[in-house]
Amino acid sequence: MEESSGNMRSSEPTAAMKKVREKTAKKRSKEEEEEEEEQIFNFKDKPAGKEEEDEDLSDSEESVFSGLEDSGSDSEEDEKESDDNDDDDDDDVTAVESKQPKQTEEEEEKEEVVGGVTEREEEEKKEDEYEHDSSDEEDIRNTVGNIPMEWYKDFPHIGYNLDGKKIFKPIRNKDELDDFLDKMENPDYWRTVHDKQTGSDIVLSDEQVELVNRLQKGQFGDVNFNEYQPSVEFFSSDVMIHPVTNRPADKRSFIPSLIEKEKVSKLVHAIKMGWIKPRRVEDDTRGRFYDLWAGEDSSILGRHKMHLPAPKIPLPGHQESYNPPPEYLFTEEELALWEQQDASDRKLPFVPVKFSSLRQVPAFSRFIHERFERCLDLYLCPRQRKMRVNVNPEDLIPKLPKPKDLQPFPTTQSLVYRGHSGLVRSISVSPSGQWLASGSDDGSVRFWEVCSSRCMKTVQVGGAVKSVAWNPNPSVCLLAVALESVVLILSPSLADRQVVQSSERLLSGQPEADTSDAAGPVIWSDTEGEELNQGIRLKIQHPKAVHQVAWHAKGDYLASVMPDHSSHLQVLIHQLSRRRSQNPFRKNKGLVQCVSFHPVRPYFFVATQRSVRIYNLVKQEMTKKLQANSKWISSMAVHPGGDHVICGSYDCRLSWFDLDLSTKPYKMLRHHKKAVRGAAYHRSYPLFASASDDGSVIVCHGTVYNDLMQNPLIVPVKVLRGHVITHDLGVLDVTFHPTQPWVFSSGADATIRLFT
Amino acid sequence: MGGLQKKKYERGSVTNYITRNKARKKLRLSLPDFRRLCILKGIYPHEPKHKKKVNKGSTAPRTFYLIKDIRFLLHEPIVGKFRDYKVFVRKLKKAYGKTEWSAVERLRENKPTYKLDHIIKERYPSFIDALRDIDDALCMCFLFSTFARTGKCHVQTIQLCRRLTVEWMNYVVAARALRKVFISIKGIYYQAEVMGQLITWLVPYQFSHDHPTDVDYRVMATFTELYTTLLGFINFRLYHSLNLYWLPCTLLDIKEEEAQLDQFPVEGAREREQKEQEAQKKLFDGLKFFLNREVPRESLAFVIRCFGGEVSWDKSVCIGSTYEVTEETITHHIVDRPNASTQYINRYYIQPQWVYDCINAKIVLPVEDYFLGVTLPPHLSPFVEEKEGDYMPPEKVKIMALQRGEKPEEEDEDEDEEEEEDDNDDEEEDEEEDEEESEEKNLKKMEKQRSQGKSLQVKVTPGKMKVENPERLEQEEKAEEKRLAIMMMKKKEKYLYDKIMFGKKRKIREANKLTAKRKAHDDAEKANKKKTRK
Repeated sequence: MEESSGNMRSSEPTAAMKKVREKTAKKRSKEEEEEEEEQIFNFKDKPAGKEEEDEDLSDSEESVFSGLEDSGSDSEEDEKESDDNDDDDDDDVTAVESKQPKQTEEEEEKEEVVGGVTEREEEEKKEDEYEHDSSDEEDIRNTVGNIPMEWYKDFPHIGYNLDGKKIFKPIRNKDELDDFLDKMENPDYWRTVHDKQTGSDIVLSDEQVELVNRLQKGQFGDVNFNEYQPSVEFFSSDVMIHPVTNRPADKRSFIPSLIEKEKVSKLVHAIKMGWIKPRRVEDDTRGRFYDLWAGEDSSILGRHKMHLPAPKIPLPGHQESYNPPPEYLFTEEELALWEQQDASDRKLPFVPVKFSSLRQVPAFSRFIHERFERCLDLYLCPRQRKMRVNVNPEDLIPKLPKPKDLQPFPTTQSLVYRGHSGLVRSISVSPSGQWLASGSDDGSVRFWEVCSSRCMKTVQVGGAVKSVAWNPNPSVCLLAVALESVVLILSPSLADRQVVQSSERLLSGQPEADTSDAAGPVIWSDTEGEELNQGIRLKIQHPKAVHQVAWHAKGDYLASVMPDHSSHLQVLIHQLSRRRSQNPFRKNKGLVQCVSFHPVRPYFFVATQRSVRIYNLVKQEMTKKLQANSKWISSMAVHPGGDHVICGSYDCRLSWFDLDLSTKPYKMLRHHKKAVRGAAYHRSYPLFASASDDGSVIVCHGTVYNDLMQNPLIVPVKVLRGHVITHDLGVLDVTFHPTQPWVFSSGADATIRLFT
Repeated sequence: MGGLQKKKYERGSVTNYITRNKARKKLRLSLPDFRRLCILKGIYPHEPKHKKKVNKGSTAPRTFYLIKDIRFLLHEPIVGKFRDYKVFVRKLKKAYGKTEWSAVERLRENKPTYKLDHIIKERYPSFIDALRDIDDALCMCFLFSTFARTGKCHVQTIQLCRRLTVEWMNYVVAARALRKVFISIKGIYYQAEVMGQLITWLVPYQFSHDHPTDVDYRVMATFTELYTTLLGFINFRLYHSLNLYWLPCTLLDIKEEEAQLDQFPVEGAREREQKEQEAQKKLFDGLKFFLNREVPRESLAFVIRCFGGEVSWDKSVCIGSTYEVTEETITHHIVDRPNASTQYINRYYIQPQWVYDCINAKIVLPVEDYFLGVTLPPHLSPFVEEKEGDYMPPEKVKIMALQRGEKPEEEDEDEDEEEEEDDNDDEEEDEEEDEEESEEKNLKKMEKQRSQGKSLQVKVTPGKMKVENPERLEQEEKAEEKRLAIMMMKKKEKYLYDKIMFGKKRKIREANKLTAKRKAHDDAEKANKKKTRK
C-alpha cells in the first residue's frame, strides 16, 4: 500500500522514498500476501508511475544525491537481486512490462554511482536553475510591487513593465452602466476578474474556476492529491542498515567541544563541592517495607519507663447506633437541655438519632474534627499517671464491735410523758431514779413517776423554765429551777420522810452574814403562801437572766450561769447550807454557755463559745483550756470518772476530750445533721448520748479504760427517733437514768420520752 | 548559720521539666518543625505533680516536657533532615526568583526526604507494642483513603492509605480475625483480634467530606506520614506470619493457607471460648450472598468474607463480582430498599443489618425480623458489656437467650396474654360492680334493723400476733449496724465512700430512667397497636 501511494505522488523525494520503502519492505518480510498486494497496486498505477518516472528521471537522480541512498554502492547488488526475486514471484504479465523502466532506472543509477558525483551536480544546476523557483509572482508585468494601487490613481499609468516602460491605464474606464451591461450581456462576466496591477480583466479558465471552487470548499487545489493517503513511516522502529543521509560527518564532530568542556568542568566542580547531588533513585514501594521487627531485641530504652501510653478512644455504646433502642433517644426536655449545655458539659457529644434503614444514614459532619481533636490530644495534651482508686466501698467502713455485744443500751421507745403544753427545755432525774422533773416554756415544772409516766405534781412557777437540776445528793430531795432571773429551790416532797426532813434541814440553814448579802448582787429569800404550798422553798434573785443551774456532786453547792458578753459576772456559785453566793471569776473570758462541777475533784468546768476552761477551785487557778474546734458550744457533760468531757455544739458536732491526752478533742463525732442541743453521760454504764435538732438521740458506747495507754473506744450503738420536729427544733435535752441503761429526752413537741 | 543560701527552683522536680518554648530554643527548631518532631517521635507534654513548683512559683498555664525527652530529641537524625528541607526551600525560592528553571528542576529532583523506619523501631521495640498502638493509625488511614483529590493532602498519600487499608482488610479476611462490627452514626466500627490484641477502628461512610476550615491538615498529614509507615511494616509482618506473599496492592483475592496450629490442651472456660471463636469464624460458611447496588458494598463484602461467606454484586457496580443475580445457589440477597422488584423464591431478601447483628451475636439469627419493609430491631453496640446492675435493653436479653439456644417466644402468645389481660380487666370491673351492689344491700339491711329498733351488732375481732420475720429483722439489724459504722468513718474515707456511693446511685438512677423510658415507649406502642387493630 505504501508503495502504491508513493507511486501516485509525482514529487521527487517521494519517488526516492518509494524505492527505499520498497527495499525495506522486501528485506523486512517475505510475506506473500503483502507482496502480492503491493504488486497489484503497482500494476494498477503502473502507467502513471511509468510516465512520471520517465519524465522525472533527472529528479530521481537528484534525490539520490540528496543522500537518500548514500550507501547505495554496497547494497546495489542485493537490491537488484531482491528486485528480481520480487518480480519473479509475480505471475502477472504486466509485471514483466514494468520491469523495463525500473531496470533502466537502476542502470542509470549505477552509472551515476560509477561516475563522479560533483560533475553531475553542476550539470543539474545549469539545467533547471529557475525551474523550482518558489516565487509567488509567476507573471510579473508590473514592477511596482505590492503597493496600494490607488497611489497611481492620478497618473495615466499604473506602473512599469519589466523593461521600465510605463504601463498605461486603459483609455476608457468602465462606469457603472458599462459594468451593468457587461454583467447582463457577457456570459463570462461571472468568471471575469479585474487585475488591479495591470488594469485588465482576466477571464478565468475552467480549471482555474474549479481550483477556486475547491479552495473555497477547503479542499486541496490539486485534484489528484489524496489527503488521506497513508502516512509513510519514514522513521520506523526498525533499525535500518543504511543511514538516512550520506553526508560525511563534519570535522567538528570529531573534536571535543570547548564550550561543552567548560560546562562539564563546571558540573564536575559542583559535584565535587557537593552542590549537585546525583539524581535520587525513586523509592521502590516494594522495597520500602520489610520485616522491621526481625531481630527483635527485648532491650527497652530507658525512656520507655516514663512512657505513658495514650488512653484509647472509649468504645461506643448503644446510643451511638444508627438504630438505637428507643429508650436511648432523647426526649424533648433532654434535647433542649443538651442544646443549652456548653459543649464541654455535655454527657454525649452527639444527639442519638434513629434511622429506619442503613441507606438513610448520612455522613457524620464532625468526623474530621474528631479525628483532628484526637491528633491534638495525642501530641499536645499533657499526660499524667493517675492512680485510680479501686476500693471496695465496704472496705472503707471501719470494723467496729457489733452493737449487740455492747449491750445494754436503750433501743426502743417505751414511755412518753405527755402533759406539757410548751417545749420542754430541760429534764432531770432524781438520784434514786424514781422521779423525773421537767421544766417547760409553758411556765410549769412537772414531776413524773418514771415507771408509770404519771405526772405526780405540777408546779406553776410563772415563767419559761430554762433549766432544772435535781440535787445529786441522795439524802436530800431538792430541785433547782432556773427561770428568768430567778433560781428556785423546790422541795417536791416525793421521798421518804427522812429525806424530806434532811432537805428541810438543809434549806433552813440561816444566812451567815447579811453583810455579804448586801454586798453581793444576789438576794436570797424564803417563799410564803401559795408558793410555799407548791413546794418552792427558796428564791435566789439574780441580776440577770439565768440560763443554767448545776449542782455539785455533794449537793450543797449550786452554780448558775448568766450569759452576758459585757460583764464579768456570768457565773455564780451558791452554797445552799449557808445561803451564800460568790462570783468566782473576775474577768470576762467570753460568753459562758454552761458550767459543770467535776464529779470527784474540786474542779469546775466552764464552757464558753469556743473552748472549755477547767478551773481548780482549791488553788483558784485555771488548769486547762480545751479547744473544741467548733463554732459554738451548746452543751457539755463530764464523764463520771472525771477524765473525759463531751461537748455538743451548734455546728452539728460532738467532741470527746480526753483530759489526759490533749487539749484538742480526741474524737469529733459528726453524727447529727443539725445542731447538737444536749449531751449526757451515763453514771455507771459506758454510755453517752447526744440530742439534736434533727429529732434524734444518738446513743454511743464509750468505754474508758483505766490503762492510760489505751484510748477510749467509741462506738455508736443506737439512733433513737421519736420526737417530732416543731419550729425547727427537735430534741432539747437528754439525760440518763442513774441506775438503768435508760435515756430520757425532752423535745420541742412538748413531750418527754423514755427509751429503754 | 553559715554556708551559701540555697537558691529556689534549682533542685527538685523543677529540674526534670522544661517548658515548650525553652525546649524549642534548645533544639533550635521552629514551632512547626518542633511539632512535627514531637508527633513523629511520640513526645508529649507531662503534667507535673506540683505544677506551681515546676513553674517556679507562677501559676501561669504552661506545658511542660520532660527534660530527658528533649535531650533525647537532640540526637535525632531527622532534625538534620528538617534543616536540609529548610535549606532546600530557601534555594528553591532563590532559583524561582532568578527564574533559573534548570536549577529549579535540579533542586526539585533532589528534594530531601527522610525515612521513619528507625523511629518506628524505636517507638515500638516489639511487634506487639506496635499492634497495641495501631488503632489510631487505622482510623486515620481509613479516613485519608476516603479523601478526594482536593489538595488537602498529596495524592500519593491518599493512594498509599487506600492501599494499606485494603491490605489490612485482606489480612483480616485471611486471618478471619474480625470479632465485632457496629454501625454507628459516625461510621462503622470494626474490632479484630490480631495476635491476642483487640484492635478497633472506625471507617467513615462513603461520602465526600465537607472539609472543615478550622482543622490544621498539616498536623493530620504528619500523623498520617507516621501511621502509613507503621501500618506498612505491620502489614508486611502480618502477611508473613500468615505465610502469604506480601504484594503491595493485592486485590481481594488471596489464597488462604490454613496454618496448622499445634494443639495444646486447654481447660474449661478457655476451651469453650476457643470453640466459640472457631464457630464464629465459620459463621457464614456455605452461605452465598448477593449485594444489591444500594448497600455499602465494601463493608459488607469485607465482613461477609471475614466469616467465610461468599459474596458477589452486580457487575456494573464494581469489578470483582463472581456471580450474577440469577445464580440459583444464592441464599441471601441483601437489599436496602422497601421492596425488591424481582424476587427469587429460593433466597432470603434481607436488610444489611442482619449481617452485622449475626456477627455480634455470634450466631445466625432468624431472618424474619430483617425482611424488606419490616421495622428493624434496634442495632446494639457489641462493645457494651453489662455488669451487674447496669441497664440491659430487652433486645440484648433476647439475643442472649438465643445464644443459649432457647427458642424465642412467639409474638402470638404475647398478644394472647394481652387479650387475657383485657378479659381480666373486664372481670375486675364486674367484680367492682358486684361489690357495690352488695354494699348497698348491707346498708339497706342495717337501715331496716335500725328502723326496727334493734341494736346494731358490734363485733370484737381478736387481735393478730405480729409475726416478725427473723430474716428481715436480721437484715434491718445489719443495715443499722452499717449505718452506725458509716457514722464513725474518718472524714477522708467518708468523702471517698460518699463519692463511690454517689456514683453507684447515679448509675442505678440512670438505669431506672432508661427502664422507665422503655416502658413508656412500649406502652405507647401497645396502645397504638390496639388502636390500629380496632
